[in-house]
Order: sequence, then C-alpha cells, then structure tokens
Amino acid sequence: MCADQIPLPRTTRRRAIEILLGGGVLASLASFLYPVLRFLAPPPVADLGGDEVVAAKVGDLKPNSGEIFRFGSRPGLLILESDGTYRALSATCTHLGCTVQYRSDLRQIWCPCHNGIYDLSGRNVSGPPPRPLDAFDVHLRGDEIVVSRKREA
Amino acid sequence: MAMLRNKVCRIVAARFAFLAGSLALAACLSYGQAVNSCLDCHSAMPAPLGVTQDKFSQDIHAQKGLTCTSCHGGDASSYDPTQSMGRKAGFKGKIDRRQIPELCGSCHSDPNLMRQYDPSLRTDQLAEYHTSVHGKRLATGDTKVAVCIDCHSVHDIRPPSDPRSTVNPVNVATTCSRCHSDASYMKQYGIPTDQFAKYNTSVHHDALAVRGDLSAPTCTTCHGNHGAVPPGVDKVQNVCANCHVFQAQMYAKSTHSKAFQEKGLPGCVVCHTNHGIQMPSDAMLGTGPAGVCMRCHAPGDHCDRARAAILANLTQLDGTIKQADDALRVAESSGMEVSEARLNQDQARDALTKARVTIHSFQTAFVDQDVQAGMKIAATDLKAGKDAMIERNHRRIGLGLCLVAIAIMLVGLWLYIKKLAS
Amino acid sequence: MFAALYGWLDERLHLDGLIAPLRHKTVPTHRLSYWYFFGGITLFLFIVQVLTGILLLLYYRPSANEAFESVQYIMTRVQFGWLIRSIHSWSANLMIFTAFVHMFSVLFLKAYRRPRELTWVSGILLLFLVMGFGFSGYLLPWNKLAFFATTVGTQMAGQVPIIGEPMMVFLRGGPQVTGATLTRFFGFHVAVLPGLVVVLIAIHLFLVQRQGMSVPPKVEAAWAANPSLRREMKFFPNFMLRELMAWYVAIGALAALAALFPWNLGVKAEPFASAPAGIKPEWYFLFMYQTLKLIPSKVWIVDGEVLGILGCGLAGLFWLLLPFFESDKPARTRTWITGLGVFALVYMIAMSVYGYVAK
Repeated sequence: MCADQIPLPRTTRRRAIEILLGGGVLASLASFLYPVLRFLAPPPVADLGGDEVVAAKVGDLKPNSGEIFRFGSRPGLLILESDGTYRALSATCTHLGCTVQYRSDLRQIWCPCHNGIYDLSGRNVSGPPPRPLDAFDVHLRGDEIVVSRKREA
Repeated sequence: MAMLRNKVCRIVAARFAFLAGSLALAACLSYGQAVNSCLDCHSAMPAPLGVTQDKFSQDIHAQKGLTCTSCHGGDASSYDPTQSMGRKAGFKGKIDRRQIPELCGSCHSDPNLMRQYDPSLRTDQLAEYHTSVHGKRLATGDTKVAVCIDCHSVHDIRPPSDPRSTVNPVNVATTCSRCHSDASYMKQYGIPTDQFAKYNTSVHHDALAVRGDLSAPTCTTCHGNHGAVPPGVDKVQNVCANCHVFQAQMYAKSTHSKAFQEKGLPGCVVCHTNHGIQMPSDAMLGTGPAGVCMRCHAPGDHCDRARAAILANLTQLDGTIKQADDALRVAESSGMEVSEARLNQDQARDALTKARVTIHSFQTAFVDQDVQAGMKIAATDLKAGKDAMIERNHRRIGLGLCLVAIAIMLVGLWLYIKKLAS
Repeated sequence: MFAALYGWLDERLHLDGLIAPLRHKTVPTHRLSYWYFFGGITLFLFIVQVLTGILLLLYYRPSANEAFESVQYIMTRVQFGWLIRSIHSWSANLMIFTAFVHMFSVLFLKAYRRPRELTWVSGILLLFLVMGFGFSGYLLPWNKLAFFATTVGTQMAGQVPIIGEPMMVFLRGGPQVTGATLTRFFGFHVAVLPGLVVVLIAIHLFLVQRQGMSVPPKVEAAWAANPSLRREMKFFPNFMLRELMAWYVAIGALAALAALFPWNLGVKAEPFASAPAGIKPEWYFLFMYQTLKLIPSKVWIVDGEVLGILGCGLAGLFWLLLPFFESDKPARTRTWITGLGVFALVYMIAMSVYGYVAK
C-alpha cells in the first residue's frame, strides 16, 4: 500500500521519455512527409518543357496581325497572315536586342529602334540587322496554337 | 669592232646593249609576267615618283588586268624613255588634279564598260561629284578640294568592302579628317575642323569602330560620299529619320518641328548636336548643365511645366525598375527562383525606352501612356521580388518547425539511450 | 499488436533464425568508436539520395531541350520542389564528404587489415562509384557550368593511352558533349550506377556483419593483455539508437542547408558558345584537377596530361589494393601506410583549397 502512494520518478521519467520519443517521431515524420506529399501532387500549370509553349488560342489573333508571347527565357512573335498561315519567330532583333513587332501595313516584321526590317521568314531585308530572326515551328492542337523550337541536331 | 671606232655607232651600240641587257634582266625578273617597263623603273625611284610592284599588286585595277598605261598612257613594253613616255604613245604624265575626276569617270561612268567588270557597281559617281561642294569648288579652279584619289588613294585602291580600304565604313571618318581636321589647311573655308574629334566621342563612332556595327553612321552616311554636301538645315531630320524612324515621325507632328523650321534651326541637331552625338540621358530634360529645354524656354512657363512632368514620369519609371531589379537580386541571392520576373523586367525596360522615344512628340500625355504601361510591369516585378522574400521567410519558419521536431526527437532518443544504459 | 505481427511473419519466414545473430551483435566501445558512425551516415545519405532522386524523377526530363526547363519547373512550380532538389544536391555533396571521412577513418584506425581486405576493396569501389554518381548527376540540370565541366572531365578521361579515346566516346555518346551525353549520363545515374552500388553495398554490409567491427590495433592489444578492459555495447538497440540520432542530425543539417542555401540553377547550356573563363570541376575532383594543371605540358618525352591521368589511375589502383601491401611485419608497414594516409589527406585538402582559390 505504501509503495503505491510513493511517487516513482522512474515511471514519470519513463512516461516523459515515451512522450518525447513518440511526439518526436510523429512530429519529425510529419515534417518529412508533408513536403513529400505536396511534392507528389502535380502543380496546376503543367510544364511542356522548354521545347514548346502554347503561344495563343485560335481566335486570339485577327488575320494580318502579330502578338508577342513568351518562349523560354526570350520573347517570341506569333503572326497570323491574311491567308490564315501562322508564323512564329524569335522577337529579339539581331541588331541591338530590341523587341520587334509585326507591321500589318508593311506585312513585314519591323524593329522600331533603328528601322530594321525582316520578311515573314525572318530574313533581314533592310536596315541594320546583321542576321535573320530564328524561326520556330507552329502546329495547331485543338484550339491551341503550339510553338516549338526547330528540331535540334 | 670596227664599228666602235665611230662615236655614233658607239652610242647606238651602247644603247642597244643597254636595251638588250635590260630586256634580259626584265625578262628574268618578270618571268611569267607581262612586261611593265613603268613599274620596273618606277619601283626603284623615291617618292613622289615611286610605285612598287608590291603596292600596285594590291590595287583592284591591277587585279582586273589594268596597268599604268590605262590611266597614264604611254608604252609599257618599251624601256626607251622617249618611246615609253612619248607623246606618240599618248603619255599623260602626272595627271592634273582638275582632270582626275574626268579621267576616273572615263571608265567609271560608262555602264557598258563597267558591266564587263562588275555589273552591280554604280556609274553615277562623277555626276554626283559635280553636285558636291568638292566638285563645284574644283570647277572654279580650287585644287585644294578632294578629288577621287584623295579619298580612294591611288595605285593601291581597294574596294570599300576591304577592311584596309580608305573608304571602308570603319575608315571613312579618318579619311575625311585628313583635310577636315587640318585647321591650317581648312583656314580659308571658314568651317569648323573639330568634327572628327567630336565624332570620335560620339555614340555612332562607338557603335561603328568599337562594337563593329557596320550599319552605324559615319561621315558619308549623313553627308553623302560622292555628292558630299552638308544636309542643309531644314533637311537634317530627314537624314536622322532614315534610322531613327519613330522619333522622326513624332517630331514631325510636334510643335517643335514647325517652330524650328520657321526659325531656321537644324531640327534634331538643336538638342542632340551633329557630330559629337552622345547617348541621350534623362538629364537632358533637367535644368542642369546637360539640360536642353531651358536654353529656349523660360522657367515657369507652360513648356517648362511639361518638361518637368515628363522628367518626373520617366524618373519614376526608371526608379521603379531599379527598385524591382534590386528586390529580385536580393531574392535571387537568397536562393529564390525569380527568372520569370527577371524576364518581365526586359519588357519594363522596353517600355522605358519607348517612353524616351515618345519625348519627341513633346506631349506629356503620350509619354505618360508609355510610362504607365511600364510602371504596371515594374510594379508586378517588384511585388514578385517582395513575394519571393516572404516565401523565403515562410521557408525559414518551416525549417524552424522541422528542426524543433528533430530536436524533440533527439532529446527523446538521448534520454532513452541513457535509460537503457542504466 | 507488434507481437501479433511478429508472430504472423515468423510463422512464414522463420525470423528468429535471421534476427538472432543481430540480437547478439555487439559493437566495441573505446575512445575512437565514434568513427564507427560514419559508414552508417554515408548509407543513410545514400538512402536520402535514392528517395529524393525518385521524387525528382517524377518531373525531370532528360533531353537537352527540356532538362534545364524541367529543373527550373521543379524549383519554381512544384510544391516543395525547391526543397527536394536542394536536399538532393546537398546530400550528394555531404555523402561524398562522409564517404571520404569514412575511408580515412578506416585507414587510420587500420580497420582494413587482415581479414577485412575485401571490405576495403568493396568500399573503395563504392567510393569510385559514388564519385561517378556525382559526375553524372552534375550534368543533369544541363547548365553552362555543368556542360563545360563535363567536357573537360571526359576530355581528361580521353587522355588515357590506347583505350582513352573509345572510352571518351563511350562516355559522351559521341565525339562531343551533346544531348546524347545527357541521356547517357541520365541512364548511368538512375540505372547503371544504382544497380552496381546496391550490389556493392550488399557485399560491403554483409562482410561487416559477418566479420564484426574491427578494433584499432593498440586497443586490441590492450584488451588482449587485459580482457576485463573490453567494453562492448549491443548493436540493437543501443548502437542503432545512437546511429539514429546521427541520422536525425544529418536530416536536420540537410533541411537547414536546403532552406538557407538553396542550390542554384545557373544559366542554360549553349553547346556552341565558348567556355567561360575559370571552369572548375566540383570540389571532390578539384585536387585531381589542380594536380593535373601543375604538371608541365611535357615531361621528358611523355605528354604531361597523359602522365597525370596515368598517375591518378595508378594511385587509385594502389589505393584499392592497399590492404594487400601490408607485409609480414605489420607494425612497420602500418606506420608507413599511416604516413601515406596523412600525406594523402593533407595533399587532397591542400590541393582542393588551392584549386578553389586559383584563377
């Protein structure tokens, strides 16, 4: 009877250790598992890689107009010609790096910085630019306009 | 031997021997080449009569099969000076400066002839030259002005595409400066001689000579080459407009265009100067030494207020872009990934560039439009940078929690181990 | 509940027979027994690599066009992607470091001596494979630094006489480093090397289990003289719990490193651009790289780089077979092996520091 009433430091201590261990295991496992579980869930924006990008949707562009889109780390220019052909090129002017635009009056690509002009295939036809613009491939996927880099060697 | 008794015969014989010997020598020396008696003698002569084979072989005319006689006349096959340089052979000697343009033009203005050599070459140089200041002054008898050989050199003329050519774009300014920077030479004409020195400090020179951008302007781009004339005060903006299209379009529609025209002021040059054009800065809109507006406008008037508003706008955008750049830099160095925002910064900078072009409309509203577009982007990027730092702090809190959990675990384990040991 | 589960498994697998030896396994305790943890820490870090590697595999794309962008995607879009990737990169470096510490501790504590030569051999092979992991993994983000480091590294491999050129072409998947190299390195990194390493780890652990922990010769001699001095602790649970503590510390360190110093991404590789100045390999290759740079370009008639590569190869071979060089007079050879070990350690550290600060 007396033994039951004397507080047993060993038991309390054991309980403390059990709580610490149990709590520690749970807490540490939770802090490991939480990021892993969140990682496994795919993010809302599915990445198509640096290979291709959805530049726009069909209907976004009017015939004989152009639009800038982001491709990887540089801007690109998407053009819808009057006959319905889509063209996509790099929008970085090869002269001093300004962003070019589509001129519906000239039906050519124009750089406003120093009046450089490229044709719709990207060839530099007038003004300072020393090299043509890189051209990209364009396909339609449903109602998405997908721009991809030309196949690498 | 009997012939040698006669003095005349001796002279003839000596001449004959000389001729034979020279011929033999020339034959040996110019084995495989056509005989060119001119070069053979003149290559050994000192200046100004000296022209070496080495030098002349560099000449485009020599490479196309022309020789000394094509311009100077004479007979290159003979070593007898009376024959090779005789009037019968059409020898012209040193061409008089006043006749040089016509001499060059005798081939270079003949399309039928030039077509045989290079159909894409122009043949209007002589006609242009006649309209130029140099051409007009030459016609009045001034031989100090430039003629063909002064720019194109002579006897070692290279095509302009050759980097060593005196008329290659990179070298044109130096060629012009040979006269136009010589104060004593130009004294009688009463025009400045500091253009070359000024041009060398300019942004165009930097583009052409330092960055190697052959599309950048040099003297001939604005003044013309064969028809060289200063553009004329009222035509300056047409020349600049060839490259700086947007600025020119806006300027043409602005109040300044008409005002400058009426006052006979040279358009773009009023603010930007002509030869020593520096990279423009926002300080040009200011009231300091670099400020251009206050040279004409009175402080406090309507234009001064517009100037101040435009400057404030641009400064605001520039400042926001820099702020965003700083925030992104700090975020990046803390390990956050902000490449998308960095890319958008390019667009913000493009907007700033566009706004600076729009200054030439001299309308606050237009500039403001461009500035606001840029501000939106820069503000978004600044927010992205700040958000990245907030995210970084969240990560550190998460780390802290995790470390606390680990610490609890470690304490628990240690106590348990201690307990097992006892 | 655990007893019921144990009973169910025991009925089918006869666990007692398997577990009994583990229950009796002991670990000697002495002044230097803390070094025993490093093998386990290296193993733990390898497990972390496998787990984070599998997670990264869910999003990574091994083609030249997409590799960089996919790692960027992991770092920016995937939830906690930055954490998994940074842990993977940090753990890789930490694992190589602890592997070296483990090797040197085994060397100085003379645990390689008879009869544990094969454990040493399998361990050194593991070290080479782990460095291969580091080399192949480094290229996978396809950034500028990695691209050129791989070019330089494979080019050095190509310097070996006769077999060097085919070996280099094999490694690169062609004469130059291209997207084919990336795919190939990916295959090495996630399939070939893991397979080899798992087999070698199994051998290595099996040997350790069979032979028990080695005790340094001086301690062994002291215990032989006076058996009452012998101290041991049970592997299970005493040593295991201490090992677990070390593993938790390792996780904490990794989490801190990943959160405070996330691994950076760099810029995407451009195969046709010229190499940036001052390209250096990762720190664990620096000592070799710096040594090669110091060798004159021609030594007598032999090309300096070839001499260097052959020298490194020979040194590696010698290191692999080190236990077999211990002669009948163990005391003497152990002294010079210790001396050699000290020299190697100091040399590696000095060369690595030199390589790091040199231009």
